[in-house]
Amino acid sequence: MAGDSPKKIFKMGLWDDNPVFKQIIGICSSLAVTNLMINSLIMGLGLIFVTALSSLTVSIIRQFTPKHIRMMVQVLIISVYVIIVDIFLKAYLPEMSKALGPYVGLIITNCIIMGRCEGYAQNNPPLPSFLDGIASGLGYTIVLLVIAFIRELFGFGTIFGYRVFGDWWTNWTIMVMPPAAFFILGVIVWWARSKESEEKKEGGAVN
Amino acid sequence: MIELNPLVIFFAAIFTNNMIFSYFLGMCSFIAVSNEIPTSFGLGQAVTFVLTFTTILNYFIYHNILVPLNLEYLRFIVFIISIAAFVQLLEMIIERYFPNLYYALGIFLPLITVNCAILGVSLFMVIRQYTFLQSVGFAIGSGLGWTLAIVAMAGARKRIRNNKLLKGLEGPGITLIITGLMALAFVGFSGIVQIQ
Repeated sequence: MAGDSPKKIFKMGLWDDNPVFKQIIGICSSLAVTNLMINSLIMGLGLIFVTALSSLTVSIIRQFTPKHIRMMVQVLIISVYVIIVDIFLKAYLPEMSKALGPYVGLIITNCIIMGRCEGYAQNNPPLPSFLDGIASGLGYTIVLLVIAFIRELFGFGTIFGYRVFGDWWTNWTIMVMPPAAFFILGVIVWWARSKESEEKKEGGAVN
Repeated sequence: MIELNPLVIFFAAIFTNNMIFSYFLGMCSFIAVSNEIPTSFGLGQAVTFVLTFTTILNYFIYHNILVPLNLEYLRFIVFIISIAAFVQLLEMIIERYFPNLYYALGIFLPLITVNCAILGVSLFMVIRQYTFLQSVGFAIGSGLGWTLAIVAMAGARKRIRNNKLLKGLEGPGITLIITGLMALAFVGFSGIVQIQ
């Protein structure tokens, strides 16, 4: 595992082991912020930042961390980066910080980060761990943006706040409400899983 | 901010502002553990219990330690530590004095530390500036609402177990879609009371 090439790491993070639709983790926060694309983008960037840097840190100090308290150490490292993100948002994007509300803090309990720290960074050198964090974060962000795209397009008729549909468009209120997020994610998971079983049939994936 | 009756918050947290159906919190264990009704009920009880006590604990820590020292920005780190410590302590106490309860709840306790709903309730409490009684009402209500959701989901999954599903839809896929349908039903409650 030590010599994973960047290409392989990204392929794992974006598709083979995509945290959201393959491993079904980290979806607590992934759905709540998907009503607008801009929220999802900021959330995704925050998550990439936290995942990448905490994987890097965990990996650097992995030799000095006693085994039985490593979880606690990881949580503390993650919390520090989340606090940085929170303070940054409050200072430069106060509106966004309000819109995301508690979900910034909930990045700490996002299982993706813990999962990557525990599953990858703990046993790998710093640079691959850093890339792995970025790749997992990207995989998460892309799914978030896809859900947000559908919800914002039909719910408000806009993309990133720009009007796409004209005045004739009637907003689908359901898209703004929570149930739509479940339906869309459910369909994405369905699509990804059936795609996976097709690959398996062809003998492509060995997973 | 309008002063809301703690009882109103309690009911709102169960029905109109359900942790799962409107805030998407605690989804990970919701999807992973909702296979059997008794297990789900056990997890729900454990979550309600831990949720209530950690919220009370965090309320005092936040208002008596962090605010006077102007260290509000450290709340994420402090809350997660107090939750982890509380769960650990609880596990030891239960194991020592209530072995039966330990066998019923024991396996769920470690899972609870990383349950987003626990941290989420503490953070909501800070953001919405709840008073002590309001926080308690919100915490108990959220826990019960979460239990209601996971037990209902376990019931639904039990029914569909013998039915034939499309290949990719089995497991998480259908769970998410059922959750969506349930959330749709819960939207019907939203006219009763709205908390912000």
